[in-house]
Amino acid sequence: MLEIKDLTVEIGGRIILNKVNLKVEQGSTTVLFGPNGAGKSALLMTLMGFSGYDIVGGQILFKGEDITHLSVNERAERGLGIMTQRPPNLTGVKLKDLVQVINNDHSLDTEAASKKLDMERFMDRDVNVGFSGGEIKRSELLQLSAQNPCLYLLDEPESGVDLVSIEKIGTTIDEMLSSRSKCSVDHRKRGNSALIITHTGQVLDYVEPDVGYILCNGTVMCRGNPREMLKEIKAQGYQECIECKVGHL
Amino acid sequence: MQSGTSLKERAEKAIEKSAMYGEDYDLNEFEVAAKEVPQTEDLEDLDDEFKQTLLNVGVLTDDKERSGSFLMVDNAVSHSSLKDPNIELMSLHEAMEKHDWLKDYSWKLVAVDADKYTAKSYLENANGYFIRAPAGQKSSMPVQTCLVMGHKDIAQTVHNILIVEEDAKLDVITGCTTKKGVERAMHLGISEIYVKKGGVLNFTMIHNWADDVSVRPRTVIHLEEGASFVNNYILLKPVRSIQSYPTAILDGEGAFARFHTIAVAHPGSELDLGSRVLFNAPNTKAELISRTITTGGKVIARGEMVANKPHCKGHLECHGLVLKDGGTQLAIPVLEANVADVELTHEAAVGRIAREQVEYLMARGLSEEDAVGMIVRGFLDVGITGLPEELAKDIDDTIAQIGKEAV
Repeated sequence: MLEIKDLTVEIGGRIILNKVNLKVEQGSTTVLFGPNGAGKSALLMTLMGFSGYDIVGGQILFKGEDITHLSVNERAERGLGIMTQRPPNLTGVKLKDLVQVINNDHSLDTEAASKKLDMERFMDRDVNVGFSGGEIKRSELLQLSAQNPCLYLLDEPESGVDLVSIEKIGTTIDEMLSSRSKCSVDHRKRGNSALIITHTGQVLDYVEPDVGYILCNGTVMCRGNPREMLKEIKAQGYQECIECKVGHL
Repeated sequence: MQSGTSLKERAEKAIEKSAMYGEDYDLNEFEVAAKEVPQTEDLEDLDDEFKQTLLNVGVLTDDKERSGSFLMVDNAVSHSSLKDPNIELMSLHEAMEKHDWLKDYSWKLVAVDADKYTAKSYLENANGYFIRAPAGQKSSMPVQTCLVMGHKDIAQTVHNILIVEEDAKLDVITGCTTKKGVERAMHLGISEIYVKKGGVLNFTMIHNWADDVSVRPRTVIHLEEGASFVNNYILLKPVRSIQSYPTAILDGEGAFARFHTIAVAHPGSELDLGSRVLFNAPNTKAELISRTITTGGKVIARGEMVANKPHCKGHLECHGLVLKDGGTQLAIPVLEANVADVELTHEAAVGRIAREQVEYLMARGLSEEDAVGMIVRGFLDVGITGLPEELAKDIDDTIAQIGKEAV
């Protein structure tokens, strides 16, 4: 589904990601661990094509196509969808209108979807303006479910969210990942693909991960069993992982 | 015309007096517009092109949803009809003949010698509309008025008086425009608006001019105790020059005024748009909200609040987007407190659309053009309601075009 080859990225002339290699298989939920400042968010932003993340080396392949230099919306059209940590306020843009525009093929019952995510009250509000942490995440998920991407790029879906919301967010993500995929290249596998950043691993209470990666200092240190990785990180911090006791490249 | 000589003398003296702001025009370069025009029995009788012109400034020719309609072409009234018998709507000249007391309202808020434009309007004995909502009358549907310039190279002079009596409520939609093919002309408009104790006036003005039209409105609103005035101003199409600085005088305790200004400066347009509030009574409140866009023209967004009595509260907001190089946004907020216990605040921001916002929408699959369009639409949405569907569509199309041009 996604293949990142020797990807090197600069922000303002400073190298943030250095020769990153990573793969997300069709239908796989891949988890990205790493300490603060490792470059995890930068990797997701780069994959989506946001400006300010200058690719100075390497390649991004999506479903076999080189998308390294495509625009943001071209990537979205090909099936990438992102939930960022801090989406911008869109003053005057009603959530209802945005969801309707995204849902241009009318495949989503927006009323039911907003009800399920407890976002009905927010449909007439300006997108993200005055939203709490949990409300932002639920709004992002509502937009993503209208978008229905093949690959979900989720940046810490549990951060800034209270315990009740976490359950709603976690189960929704699980449903979205295991639901129909409009872009399966391998018909033996069901469901969508995901690359999820998590700090605490809380989201893994709801979503079954297949593969884990650890990113440190802008580069991938290990690849391995995500549950074991998380256990090790919880016990030892990232030092152990950096030494790759639990994984291998 | 009352107190004739002295006003006339003052006007004659001021006929060369330049205005404080805006490009200075030689009024002799414009022919005074005709004072007689064909009468229109029913707005539906107008030809399709003219109907569309009216529609584009929010004026419906099918007046089902209007309590009254008034059409002025050049310097004469072409149509005036009233469905709600509880309201008064007629030409100002007619009203002056009918009501002797009206002279106490004429040229009382706007000075004849403010500048050459007021002087000219006075000396031409400008006609316009007179609307009055008698005490306690609450009209359910808006009154619509339309001022059209029908010939090129003319100067249209208009004088309107609007009175909302005690505890009355009135909505007015005014469209000012030019007939198709009228590229160059000058519009001078005097409006004196009175909202008495407990009265409510919602006043929406839509301007739609042509490339070489210049516009000099002069408007003052007087509010008594507990009165409320909401002004919506919309200008989305090209124009040569507009300079306008309406002033609301909050003269009674608890009076409230709000100005919404939504404007787009196209290449070649200079928009000098302000609004001013004088807090002359305690516990008065005001909000001045300006959202402007330049795609190559110049915007000067002025705002002034002067607090002269305690417990006043005012907020001024000027937001300007520069969508293209070559455009200018100049925000000039002025706050003046002359007593201790007042709260005046302002917020001004000019610049481009945040790239982050555009890309956020692009990440949801919108093209850059559609993303900019959506953000611009949101930016301009200050919650003006009650506009006809056809106008809303025209506004949408204009915004979509702006989005396209900005990319």
